[in-house]
Amino acid sequence: MLSCKQASQLTSQSLDRPLTLRERFALQLHLMICKYCRRFSQHLQTLRAAIGKMVDSIENNDTIKMPSAAKKRIADQLATNRPQP
Amino acid sequence: MTTANMHDWLNDHGDFLYRFALARLRDPHLAEDVVQETFLAAIKSPSFAEQSAPRTWLTGILKHKIIDVMRKNVREIAASDLMDDEDGNMDEFFDETGHWAEKPLAWDIPDNALEQQQFLSILQTCIDKLPAKLAQLFLMRDVHDTDNEEICKELNITTTNAWVMLYRARMGLRKCLEINWLGGLKV
Repeated sequence: MLSCKQASQLTSQSLDRPLTLRERFALQLHLMICKYCRRFSQHLQTLRAAIGKMVDSIENNDTIKMPSAAKKRIADQLATNRPQP
Repeated sequence: MTTANMHDWLNDHGDFLYRFALARLRDPHLAEDVVQETFLAAIKSPSFAEQSAPRTWLTGILKHKIIDVMRKNVREIAASDLMDDEDGNMDEFFDETGHWAEKPLAWDIPDNALEQQQFLSILQTCIDKLPAKLAQLFLMRDVHDTDNEEICKELNITTTNAWVMLYRARMGLRKCLEINWLGGLKV
């Protein structure tokens, strides 16, 4: 039987790699009887969805501009790097 | 196509590319650097005169530059603070029998909660509390991108270490959200 610690590790890894059949079975068994690890699993799903929203909110925030000094630096670099013929 | 056109691209798309990089790297200087590298790579590309959708094309280059930064950081993580810590040292989260030291609470989250600025700002604060490289790795992995598969492939260089780091990041973020967000809402 998995401990909660092991179950939480497998839950996290299931987002990063396919679990083996044995791991999936052990994890499902644990989740069936452990509501705290079920909550943990839901929290990770919520977290992932929230990260997507956060990235969108930065990407779509028109008030965030590249600092003008950086823009000028890039423009200067472009001026000295002509396109290849 | 001339250098002048590339300057137009910088004016038209520079801010967008900067925000795209900033959202993923969470470091203004790194974001500036990768945008600069993107434009320099673009102007040297033989095919840039034929691009009819410059923003899409530039974003594609930028994604690769961001992944390059990530790959370097992941290697540094692997080399430095993970070697003697395979278990991820989760002692603060679990007791000696492997049970939750503090049991995860029920999150009663309304569907629109994720849209709320309050939640997103707490999430950002929690991410900022993570070690910078850990936060970057976590964002690269958990941000849904068209090239998510490619990112996974890159991370496979140090898969086991990446899993441990991502586990740590998620444990830390979950806990931080539970304390700061749910606590703030008095659930």
